[in-house]
Amino acid sequence: MYTLIAIAVLGVLCLLAEIFNVRKAIVPVTIIGLLAILGLTATGLNDSADSYNNMIVSDNFSTPFSCLFILLTVFLIALTPSFHQKEVHKISDFVSIKLFLLTGAVAMVAFGNLAMFFLGIEILSISLYVLAASNRLSLKSNEAGMKYFLMGAFASGFILFGIALIYGAIGSFDMAVIQEAGTSADVEDWFYIGAILLSIGMLFKIAAAPFHFWAPDVYEGSPALTTALMSTLAKVVAMAAFFKLVSAMNVNLPDSSQTALMVISILSMTIGNIMALKQNNVKRMLAFSGISHAGFMLMTLLAVSTSAGILLYYASAYALAGIAAFSVLLYVTKDKDNEDIFNFNGLGKTNPLLAAILTGALLSMAGIPIFSGFFAKVFLFGQMLNAGHIILVIVAVVNSIISVGYYFKLILAMYTKEATEAAKPVPFVYTAVATVAIVLNIAIGLYPSFLLDLLV
Amino acid sequence: MDVSFLLIILLVGAIATFLSGDKWASKIALLFSLAAFGVSVYLLNLYNAGQNINLIKQWVTIPKIYIALGADGLTMAMVLLTTALTPLIIFSSFGNSYAKSKNFYALILFMVFAMVGTFLSADGFLYYIFWELSLIPIYFIALIWGNGNPQSRKKAVVKFFIYTFAGSLFMLVSFIYLYQITGSFLLSDLIRAQLSTQEQFWIFLGFFLAYAIKIPLIPFHTWQAKVYQKAPAVGTMLLSGIMLKMALYSIIRWQLPLAPLAAKEYLYYFVGLSVAGVIYGSIVALKQKDIKKLLAYSSLAHVGLIAAGCYTMTLDGLRGATLQMIAHGFGVVGLFFAAEIISRRYTTGKISEMGGIRIQSPKFTSMFMILVLASVALPGTFNFVGEFELLYSLAQKSVTICIIGGTTIILGAFYMLRMFQKVMLGEKNEKFFADVNFNEGLVMVIIIGVLLFFGLYPKPIIDLITPSLEEAIKVINRI
Repeated sequence: MYTLIAIAVLGVLCLLAEIFNVRKAIVPVTIIGLLAILGLTATGLNDSADSYNNMIVSDNFSTPFSCLFILLTVFLIALTPSFHQKEVHKISDFVSIKLFLLTGAVAMVAFGNLAMFFLGIEILSISLYVLAASNRLSLKSNEAGMKYFLMGAFASGFILFGIALIYGAIGSFDMAVIQEAGTSADVEDWFYIGAILLSIGMLFKIAAAPFHFWAPDVYEGSPALTTALMSTLAKVVAMAAFFKLVSAMNVNLPDSSQTALMVISILSMTIGNIMALKQNNVKRMLAFSGISHAGFMLMTLLAVSTSAGILLYYASAYALAGIAAFSVLLYVTKDKDNEDIFNFNGLGKTNPLLAAILTGALLSMAGIPIFSGFFAKVFLFGQMLNAGHIILVIVAVVNSIISVGYYFKLILAMYTKEATEAAKPVPFVYTAVATVAIVLNIAIGLYPSFLLDLLV
Repeated sequence: MDVSFLLIILLVGAIATFLSGDKWASKIALLFSLAAFGVSVYLLNLYNAGQNINLIKQWVTIPKIYIALGADGLTMAMVLLTTALTPLIIFSSFGNSYAKSKNFYALILFMVFAMVGTFLSADGFLYYIFWELSLIPIYFIALIWGNGNPQSRKKAVVKFFIYTFAGSLFMLVSFIYLYQITGSFLLSDLIRAQLSTQEQFWIFLGFFLAYAIKIPLIPFHTWQAKVYQKAPAVGTMLLSGIMLKMALYSIIRWQLPLAPLAAKEYLYYFVGLSVAGVIYGSIVALKQKDIKKLLAYSSLAHVGLIAAGCYTMTLDGLRGATLQMIAHGFGVVGLFFAAEIISRRYTTGKISEMGGIRIQSPKFTSMFMILVLASVALPGTFNFVGEFELLYSLAQKSVTICIIGGTTIILGAFYMLRMFQKVMLGEKNEKFFADVNFNEGLVMVIIIGVLLFFGLYPKPIIDLITPSLEEAIKVINRI
């Protein structure tokens, strides 16, 4: 609750700072502020409270996820000034939009009412549309923004329609009422249609196959930092929100919904991985890899009652690796008009540290110990075997093997090809963010209980 | 002191080597590997004195994972093999100069760390982590410091990585399945799982994929020859000398105890497959024109026999396998080192471009000769002890298989001696061949010394491993 208000206030302060001409202070103050909010939120880990007539609920699901979102935003904001070096005068916009986006994100996991949820998703989406098109003079960026906006607006429409039908069936927006309604009596057919429409909208936001077509183009066209945001923060947020929705509606949903989820999960993994194999553009490759990771994360929905902790763990592992990988990508593609794989040639020689970090991040995504991506996959597979989905696990394993193919393409380029250009200076924050992210990634790998036990 | 101390030394060694800079890296690495050898000898003494050198600590609460490290005689033998070979391997590389040697030597020590961890783990999850961890350093060692055309090297190494990674994942699924039943990853808990033969078969198969690729057994061997050829000599020695022993050791430690019913039911299939590798490896070795590839296929034949011995599940089979693992470890490192000595001077691997070396280098010739004879299991060498016991165990199961397996010695003698003849004998080569220098000679002499000493007096090793193997047999026959 206070988290939400504090973040919004911070965003407004950011805009005011521009007016009062203290531009230099924006980023440090925001980061310190966010860290303070993170600390405050983390102290309330075990409390649960609801405010404004159950509009906002902070419990042991929303708080850990909020903490994760805040942490990711800290990383992304830290990267902002170096990335937008040439547009210093717009720094307050970029930072404050990210803060408002974070507000939406927190609202999306802390909602107690579908109206609040919709507000959250719209705040998040609109900020993303702006960020996607923020490179005003680039045709690609404009195209990405437009495409994302049109498709996103459609998805929002689906979600809103779904919410309306659910309201029609149950007569309330309140999550607790919705959850109860299913256990007590028969629900109207509207409810199921609503749930399906809502799910479609969410699957679109997550970019799960077959609703993924926008993702590669938008990821490629958007400025790299926005892509980083979309593929880490936005994806994880949407996933967590979807998880919360499904777990609330779960009792009402028929078994066939499980089959549907399973099919979507398998499709996402497979399509994402196979398409990623063919990509030469690293951003596109990471977009497809994100689609396949969405497939992995969707598996948690098949056992909603027990796998919240695993979703948190998987999301953290994936997002931290993503942040580390994108920090390196930002450095490599600086002053370039494309993100093709040959830009990474010889990075192992010109900048061994960043190359090692990117290697670590990719190994984590591929699921190789000691990086946390490995533990995430193991815990997920364990949970799925427990729930009896052995075929799904085997498909997932095969997909993990395929994914090694394209992650290693990048590693090979870094270590076996000759560099095409001399080393350029690295902005300090890129190295710092990448290092911290990968260290955190390894740390949660070494102490998995820290995250897993939060949501039990 | 418990076994974790050994791991800590190796890890600290890897970090220290990395920090020490290119000039000192090789020396620091050697120092730490010697220290690790010293510690493992000390641990052996503690073990023989009956002290508790095991370690068990809870690591993750849900799912239940322990940091469990333990050693029995079999483990100690493998750990000693690893830590004894490591200084030799590192020392043998002093004749080459590697760019960025601090990374190179740090990776070697890190890999040894992972391999020792694999041997010591008593928790399935921890075991898997170490197992996978050992893959990353060798990938980079072979990729960055390997020889030959970078393009084809890259292909070979990536194939190797994807193959082994794929195999391991199926092992992981088997582990998770077992965890779902027992609720723990500890080996002692896992073997209590009540499984039907059908379930055991699938679990056995999951393990088998991982091990068959790593050993390798046919038809999973296609990565091997190229990688052995392209990797730097050190990488080849680590792969063939130690890493494949991880898989053979794991058969005895994990696969057979966890799925004994399946192993018994399908015994002849797996023994047969392993022995088929013996024949296949030998025949392909006959045809090879590259010395490293020839050695790779000869190694394929030898390890096929070891695997066959493991799958017979008799005491003789397991004991022979363990003895032969150690003998093969030293022997193959020696042979690859001999190949490296030649390629240092002639910068080629083609057998046809060699020949006439004997006249110029009598010392090297005699050392190489002894290694060749050891590899064809001449009585009096350590390899003979192991090979004999392996064939004996095959005979207990089926005389036919034993005879087929026995051809490894005949065929081995044929291709090894023919190779020796072509490489070393004949008219004096026009190209100058310097005899071994002190460093090279020292490594060779130590290896030959070990092979001859234990060939004549294998008792210490047999005494060390037999009780643990009897224990293992008891576990396998529990149902």
